[in-house]
Amino acid sequence: MSVGDYIRNSQVWKSVFRHPAPTDRRNRVVVMLTNFFLHLHPVSIKQQGIALSYTWCMGGITFFLFLVEAITGILLMFYYRPTLEWAFYDIQALRDVQTLGIMREIHRWGAHAMVITVWLHMYRVFLTGSYKPPREFNWVIGVLLLVLTLLLSFTGYLLPWDQLAIWAITVGSNMAKATPFLGVEGPGFQVFNTSGYELITNASDAKFLLLGGRFVGEATLNRFYILHCVAIPVVVSGLIAIHFWRVRKDGGISQPL
Amino acid sequence: MLNAHPDLTASVLVGLGWYYLVMLLMNLYWTVQAFHHDGEYANGLPRATPWAIYSSILGMVCFYHFTYPPDGFLIYMPEVFKVNFDRYFSNPVLYFALSIAGFWALIALREWWTKPKVSWVLLNLSLLFMGLSMTDYDFRQIVGKPDNVPIVAMLFIVAFCTWIYFRRAVDNDRRMAEGRPLFEEENNEKVLVWPDLVYTELICMVLLTALLIFWGIALKAPLEEPGSAVKTPNPSKAPWYFLGLQEMLVYFDPWLAGVVLPSIILGGLMAIPYIDFNKVGNGYYCFKERAFAVSTFLFGFLPLWVALIVLGTFLRGPNWNFFGIYEYWDVHKVEAANNVNLSEFFWDWLGGIPKGSDLLTILLRESPGIILIIGYFAVLPPLMGLTILRSYFIRMGLIRFLVFSNLILWMAILPIKMLLRWAFSLKYIVGIPEWFFNI
Repeated sequence: MSVGDYIRNSQVWKSVFRHPAPTDRRNRVVVMLTNFFLHLHPVSIKQQGIALSYTWCMGGITFFLFLVEAITGILLMFYYRPTLEWAFYDIQALRDVQTLGIMREIHRWGAHAMVITVWLHMYRVFLTGSYKPPREFNWVIGVLLLVLTLLLSFTGYLLPWDQLAIWAITVGSNMAKATPFLGVEGPGFQVFNTSGYELITNASDAKFLLLGGRFVGEATLNRFYILHCVAIPVVVSGLIAIHFWRVRKDGGISQPL
Repeated sequence: MLNAHPDLTASVLVGLGWYYLVMLLMNLYWTVQAFHHDGEYANGLPRATPWAIYSSILGMVCFYHFTYPPDGFLIYMPEVFKVNFDRYFSNPVLYFALSIAGFWALIALREWWTKPKVSWVLLNLSLLFMGLSMTDYDFRQIVGKPDNVPIVAMLFIVAFCTWIYFRRAVDNDRRMAEGRPLFEEENNEKVLVWPDLVYTELICMVLLTALLIFWGIALKAPLEEPGSAVKTPNPSKAPWYFLGLQEMLVYFDPWLAGVVLPSIILGGLMAIPYIDFNKVGNGYYCFKERAFAVSTFLFGFLPLWVALIVLGTFLRGPNWNFFGIYEYWDVHKVEAANNVNLSEFFWDWLGGIPKGSDLLTILLRESPGIILIIGYFAVLPPLMGLTILRSYFIRMGLIRFLVFSNLILWMAILPIKMLLRWAFSLKYIVGIPEWFFNI
């Protein structure tokens, strides 16, 4: 008996993988049903539905990039302190000193790539008409995921705390000041500021809410850090789960009806 | 004398050498394919001959780049081309007009440009243009910025995806016209997910990981000076994927360009499945069955989103001025902007603008614009529903049609405002700065 067979016949191996290797038809079916990670998939699927020239693989790549971002992001969190004192210099150390510094490159390029692939995924889904019934609601979830992807990238943009970061966020968040009714430079905010009460001021409007202050500062860094590392990823994970589940429930991978 | 802004350096030449090597390999493959499949001319010469000649030239160009010093190097974008290109093509009007023309050509000429040979020539032309342009210092400064590299890549990927779409849509349209089954319906047996899908996924993950690591080694993530609230960079740009929105700030105030329009884009995207009543075209590539839906979406994605991001990233420099691709980003470039409000046009014509800051005067002053806006959003939809879009109205029902027509009108306001700005230097249709209400 070879070592491989010995391992595969051991109680430990069998407790993890409940069936023989997927080398014959039966076990190739069973593996899809018994493996947690594989059970997202159906057992069998239409050949054209998974052809690369049809799907472009963009949804899957987006998900994979999300995982890459999560893993590299967690590693970066070990090195990075979101304070005005340290943020920039921690990133500088990642660039110049730390062994795992390339994690930052992968994280940044992966983020750019994810924005692009999520657009292309939407592009493909539209062009194949895959948003049509019964998949309408999954398209809506997809649009939410698209927005959240952009917000993830946007909040992450600030964290290196260099000139590029703070001014990009300044330009972006200046828009919030112009929110109708809720921003001090937006039309209609006077509605809330009548008869002596000043509800919407530059210390209480939409921009203040976003930045945690009147300018991009320490509170903003903290706010964006939490949004970037905890709040948005949690929501995205939940929506991804629903998105995948609904792909299966709404008739499987898109195909001619 | 040492040139601080050299067009050619040794590292640029070597980099371009690799670039042409990739082009050479691509075209060698193409030549071999053409030799096997394309047959011969009448005189017995293989049809692959022009490709073979082209590939040999690429080979020589590649070799030349790897071996020659930058002084006296002969292959670069001619100065006269750069000057004229910047002079005649460098303004937002022509840029937008060309992107609209390109969009029209994509659709109208789809049967022609998706032919493999045509698209291969187009790809080679764009690669050559890119490669030659890289010999220009100013071009390289913008395109070669690490954060901009993915955008250049995106352009080629979007073009490729659009090509796949049109190629398969044209094919399926033809199949339907001839009564043959769709491409997606042929050879469409069920296969087991293990191994057919999981192996694709695995290979994809391995390749992507390799790509990301390679990318991470080749290009360092940028890190500028420590952030400082007092040193404002010029230009100050939002993250690249928002530059289409930032470009809209040229034509609209922040409350529209930064808040309302993005919200409407998202709302509109979410509304798509509920307003598209067309039941066919689900799950396969086609154009004719969904001509309106696809054209509208492509219009939104290509000229209004991707092209504006390119404009905002590569062509907008200090003070958000427009710069040609070979032009130096001069902070002191001055562009005359003397824009006039609609109310000023109107009342000048009538003989005097109403002055005063009370509610009624303001409303009277801006009444022409307000009437136009109300007419646009409230009167136009029912009017269209009764006339040109009558068949849509009947099939969609009232609410669906109103949502649909309003979304279309919202989508159109950016091009409309652009045209008004360029044609009449119009600043605001409704301009009430007292209330921050400017349209």
